[in-house]
Amino acid sequence: MSTPISIRRSDTLSLPLARSSTDVAWRALRRSPLTLAGAVIVALFALVALLAPWIALQSPLTQDLAHRLTGPSPAHPFGLDSLGRDVFSRVVYGARISVVSGVLVVATASAFGITAGTVAGWVGGWWDEALMRLTDMFLAFPSLILAMAISAILRPSLTNALLAIAVTSWPTYARLIRAQVLSLRSRDYIDAARAQGATDIVIIVRHLIPNALAPLLVQATLNIGGIILTSAGLSFIGFGAQPPTPEWGLMVSEGRTFLMDQWWVATFPALAILLLVLGFNLLGDGVRDVLDPRLRKMG
Amino acid sequence: MEMSLARYLARRAALTVFVVFGVTLITFALTHVVPADPVVAYLGDHAPPELVEKVRHQIGLDRPLPVQYLLYLRDLLRGDLGISIMDNRPVSHDLGQYLPATVELATSAMVVAILIGVPTGIVSALYKDSWPDQAARVFALGGTSLPVFYVALLLLGVLYSRFGVLPGPGQLSIYTPPPPHLTGMVAVDALVAGDWAALGDALRHLVLPAFVLGYFSTGLVTRMTRSSLLEVMRQDYVRTARAKGMGERRVVLRHALRNALLPTVTVIGLTFGDLLSGSVLTETIFSWPGIGRYATNSVTNVDVPAVLGVTLVAAVIYSVFNLVTDVVYAYLDPQIRYT
Repeated sequence: MSTPISIRRSDTLSLPLARSSTDVAWRALRRSPLTLAGAVIVALFALVALLAPWIALQSPLTQDLAHRLTGPSPAHPFGLDSLGRDVFSRVVYGARISVVSGVLVVATASAFGITAGTVAGWVGGWWDEALMRLTDMFLAFPSLILAMAISAILRPSLTNALLAIAVTSWPTYARLIRAQVLSLRSRDYIDAARAQGATDIVIIVRHLIPNALAPLLVQATLNIGGIILTSAGLSFIGFGAQPPTPEWGLMVSEGRTFLMDQWWVATFPALAILLLVLGFNLLGDGVRDVLDPRLRKMG
Repeated sequence: MEMSLARYLARRAALTVFVVFGVTLITFALTHVVPADPVVAYLGDHAPPELVEKVRHQIGLDRPLPVQYLLYLRDLLRGDLGISIMDNRPVSHDLGQYLPATVELATSAMVVAILIGVPTGIVSALYKDSWPDQAARVFALGGTSLPVFYVALLLLGVLYSRFGVLPGPGQLSIYTPPPPHLTGMVAVDALVAGDWAALGDALRHLVLPAFVLGYFSTGLVTRMTRSSLLEVMRQDYVRTARAKGMGERRVVLRHALRNALLPTVTVIGLTFGDLLSGSVLTETIFSWPGIGRYATNSVTNVDVPAVLGVTLVAAVIYSVFNLVTDVVYAYLDPQIRYT
């Protein structure tokens, strides 16, 4: 899927007043058990990704052809796949790939977005117009389809898939940051900093960007689930990660022929995708509510 | 007021033209980062060099880039998207053939998304912050979080392979004679022809893919219904209706809902782009003969003209849908800022 179901005109998230990201996150967690559940799921997967070598039972690539397609057992809680590889260990290592993919794409896209958005909002004029029209062009591409095109032209690999997703994600961040910069640049504290002789760069880096980060964080949390789904989808149809990588989408694809009889091969990686993406979506949804002033008033 | 609306629409339409122009620049740029020589790809590795040079000259690949871009634009304006390497037919012809099936599937999916999403959103708003709201939220977000490709495989496996309740992949069973070709949308064609057997079969084939694709879009519909209903319920006229002693159910269904649905309906237009992306996976698994499956096939076969044709058409459709959504929204919401 593409960065799914997000209204792709994200200036809508702009805030009347800036808050610190930790403040926002804390309020969101206290407000709703679902948001908290999302945070816990994401934290768990992050831990699994971090500690994969210690949690996994064996190497994700070790084959045991004699016992291929054996069902779940105490020795192999998620069973063995068609090459006799331990599905549990592959799912655990797959967490690394998915978490890192999501974070990497968001980091790349927001780095580009912050740069473009700051230039557009701060310099204004011709630069603003040019950069915003550029975002319009890139937003016109459904991300999965552009990713497929890039994959066809370069060659299918996880890196190219992630690159393609980043290419379609940065405009959202650019618009968000631009809207923030526009609303913040006329604030008193910016004038005060300038009166004290701060240069543009200092004002942008020390004062503007930190204050614009809260909505960016929400957008990132909301996007990351979609990014993980898109890259898993690309791997599923063969245009992302390549065998024998323990990537969840690829694992579902490898298990598709035995789905009805050896259900564990495809089902456990699919459940992992669902849980991690749901975690990010619950978290993002909750944090957005805190930031959405229209909904906040209705307590 | 009228003037500013007209100016907004003009500016918005001009922007769309500009964006489509920009999209052609990006697809053109993509054709020129291809590591493989497209002429060699077309003629095969063993083509004599003189022939390669001749074809290269014929296509205009030996001209300067700006000239090539203008030629590309000229071809596009004539509806010429190049020749597919897979089937040696014009890409535009292929797309014309496959697009109706995608439109049929995406429209059905939207209906599913509305049928599930609007009631879920209403429940969510009425029981705000209590357990039905939380349940509705998990249900809606669950759709957005499900790996469509797995759900599609699972439903096909259970409902078709195991129990045979629903038909398998494709638009029609092999025993059902297809209705006369009119729109290319099989269900519509069957309806027009009055072929009830084919219509029933086509609808039964639509159920699974439309559900899989539609449930995915339910999250946004639910969220929009919920937040706009909550917004409307705070307005004075709702309070007046309540003060007059009208029952809560009637207040919501007769007064609030009608106004709350406008933003929901318009925002559905925005999900169309996501449906296009989603249709790639859904169509591939359900062997649905639409442009999504065409895209997968052309990427698998490294058919660059076909891939870029699909990409361009998808981007244009997406931009046009965004334009229509914005225009409808501008008409419906007098408070919108025309910026």
